[in-house]
Amino acid sequence: MIRPGEEAEVADAIRAASRPLAVGGGFTRGLAGDGERLSVAGLSGIVLHEPGALTLVARAGTPFREVEARLAAEGQRLAFEPPDLRALLGTAGEPTIGGAVATNASGPRRVREGAARDALLGCRFVDGTGAAVANGGRVMKNVTGLDLARLMAGAHGTLGVLTEVALKVLPRPEAAVTLRLPGLDAARAVAALSEALASPVEATGAAWAGGDALLRVEGFCATLPERAGRLAALLRPWGRAEEAEDPWGAIRDVRGFAGRAGDAWRLSLRPSEAPEALALAGGEALLDWGGARAWVLVPPGTDLRGRLGRFGARAVLVRAERATLAALGRFPPEAPAVAALSRRLRERFDPRGVLNPGLMDSPGGGG
Amino acid sequence: MEMPPPSPSVLSRRGAIVARLREACPGGVIDDPAETRAYECDALTAYACRPLCVVLPSSTAEVAACLRVCHEEGAPVVPRGAGTSLAGGALPTADSVVLGVARMTRVLEASREDRLIRVEVGRTNLSVTAAAEPLGMFYAPDPSSQLACTVAGNVGMNSGGAHCLKYGVTTNNLLGVTAVLADGTVVELGHGSGEALGLDLLAAVCGSEGQLCVVTEAALRLVPRPEGARPVLLAFGSAEAAGACVSAVIRAGLIPVAIEFMDRPCIEACEAFAKAGYPDCEALLIVEVEGPEAEIADQMGRIGAIARGFAPLEIREARGAEEAARIWLGRKSAFGAMGRIADYLCLDGTIPVSRLSETLAGIAALGDRWGLRVANVFHAGDGNMHPLILFDANSEDGLRRAEGLGADILRLCVAMGGCLTGEHGVGVEKRDLMGEQYRAEDLEAQMRVKDAFDPGWMLNPAKVFPLQASASRRAA
Repeated sequence: MIRPGEEAEVADAIRAASRPLAVGGGFTRGLAGDGERLSVAGLSGIVLHEPGALTLVARAGTPFREVEARLAAEGQRLAFEPPDLRALLGTAGEPTIGGAVATNASGPRRVREGAARDALLGCRFVDGTGAAVANGGRVMKNVTGLDLARLMAGAHGTLGVLTEVALKVLPRPEAAVTLRLPGLDAARAVAALSEALASPVEATGAAWAGGDALLRVEGFCATLPERAGRLAALLRPWGRAEEAEDPWGAIRDVRGFAGRAGDAWRLSLRPSEAPEALALAGGEALLDWGGARAWVLVPPGTDLRGRLGRFGARAVLVRAERATLAALGRFPPEAPAVAALSRRLRERFDPRGVLNPGLMDSPGGGG
Repeated sequence: MEMPPPSPSVLSRRGAIVARLREACPGGVIDDPAETRAYECDALTAYACRPLCVVLPSSTAEVAACLRVCHEEGAPVVPRGAGTSLAGGALPTADSVVLGVARMTRVLEASREDRLIRVEVGRTNLSVTAAAEPLGMFYAPDPSSQLACTVAGNVGMNSGGAHCLKYGVTTNNLLGVTAVLADGTVVELGHGSGEALGLDLLAAVCGSEGQLCVVTEAALRLVPRPEGARPVLLAFGSAEAAGACVSAVIRAGLIPVAIEFMDRPCIEACEAFAKAGYPDCEALLIVEVEGPEAEIADQMGRIGAIARGFAPLEIREARGAEEAARIWLGRKSAFGAMGRIADYLCLDGTIPVSRLSETLAGIAALGDRWGLRVANVFHAGDGNMHPLILFDANSEDGLRRAEGLGADILRLCVAMGGCLTGEHGVGVEKRDLMGEQYRAEDLEAQMRVKDAFDPGWMLNPAKVFPLQASASRRAA
């Protein structure tokens, strides 16, 4: 494993690479390919935290829990609450802030506060030629030039290796209340979640798990009970909402599927499509983001995309045996014109194909 | 400001190109020089150039057909929304075809369940929100030109507005687009779920100033309309106190929907014009919070308590709709009020909120050095400054000196850890200042994205990237 301590050493390692590298931070997301590992974990440390400007800048390898602890000490947090998939995937290691950004890993609060890419204000990265690049900055409004930072978010290291990220942070509310509506099928649950999300109660979590629709509201202690009351009233057509223990960490990390046999897929859908997609998928399911994200557990080797029909192009295979991953690919095929654009970008940012090559490709071509 | 010379071969084939475009876009081609004049500039009126011709397609298919013709003819294309750009984003060159989307205004779909609206991008920003009204929802980014500006321009420039602190800018509210590449290929980017599964190409397109493709349809995120909103006016004895109060409010865990800042020159001009009854003070803040009545009252209490730590001259909380309107009246008429007393150049740099007072002092010092007055009115919550440089356009070197001071102020913003433009875009206006913020390698990386989308460099030429940096690509 190559473990540089400075950005210049990342550039050296990339320039010296004659074969594909498996780029990562803590390698907790089960995405590493066969090549020699290049870890940014050695590029660690918070560079700047300005609570009054809602800004945090950290080197890419900074452990996520270190970022969380620093922010918590000032009553703040990263709103996008990235999932920790170690239990689901059976991986070890330390999740990093750079890994969260590179995979655009976003938890339940995304439904209101946006994804990792929405919090990203700027970054530094080293591309496949070894050139160090800065893009964006550390301010909330910035339209100076093309937005490469958000392009890097979710690129899984295939365009460049993140070395530093600047993020918008938000206040940590004083209190949270979760309401549970038991005994709903997916269609009724999505209807209830949609009603809540289209109403001004500012729900920061909207999920369906084990037949329960779950909604979270957060705010100041003085006014939160009133808001939770309004939410409960709004949900009356679907039943009597009751207060529940905090389920959000388990939903975020998909703990319900951890340690259980089967392949784990995630789907991104319009909420209105979720009930139909789940019916086609079969298996056990969990909905987050008001139905815009589904997690599905199916028997090993299932070609879920084949079953899903028009929703097949929205399915990502997150956990499976190597043979299944090789046969089906993690990512769905893209439309040919979009795949061509992505390929042209990768050819320009990584002309030698050394940065996680093939990670986002589909075996059926494209990507 | 320099633009590259037009292509003689394109100019010489003007008649043939216009004829082909008439076939591609029946009834939508303007080539009479008296009429193309309306398209010679945008809201940056200091620069103007009549285009080869103008096309106004009515559908994505017509946009694609026009782009295929331009691609085959080697004619550059300048995409245009409503032409409200303050940065010259829609400024044509003499050999370019202006592609206006003003005829594409349909609402394609509005869904409360999926919390989105899909529109053709010639629709104005404000009329998107009007179309969402029956759903009890609205489209959050609200640039001050929202009555006129189009979704096309909003996507092109990644527009902001006064409410970004809470709701984000266009890129945070854009779910997907239909777009046409320079060679006429139609692509769908993004998805109604809001999540990209492959590379997030939508993120690169948003704010790309027409450099990558022509966007024709957009899926926009809708958010619920709040139960109510109320502003409070906070008057201070110094700009420093007002700036420090902004940070303290944010620090206390409050995210007001807007925090607007005005300094004395701006307040005085607004008072003379709009007579909103603003207090006599060095700086004021208008802080607006929203929600149900109990939460508004609670937040108002917190904001008042914080403000009292900065020796406020007055705390004026609106007690009703009329008082709220009066508090906003001065702010909303600020640009008109300044225009009455002088010509002005409106800047758009962003700085970290923590360096507000320092930057204001720096701007004042630069103004003294250039012998020009600067009034400040801006979105303080997110650090997006709009210094207004007052000058006399009729004096011989008025504009030149104003632009010189403007460049110095933007350099100051970058030195403070900020950026050249927060919401107006680079266009031609800040094109040659890009080197202040980005090194050659940084610009090279951005230009590679353009290479991938628009290999011939035919879309919106000679904008965003310094001419020298892009010269070899444009010549290729």
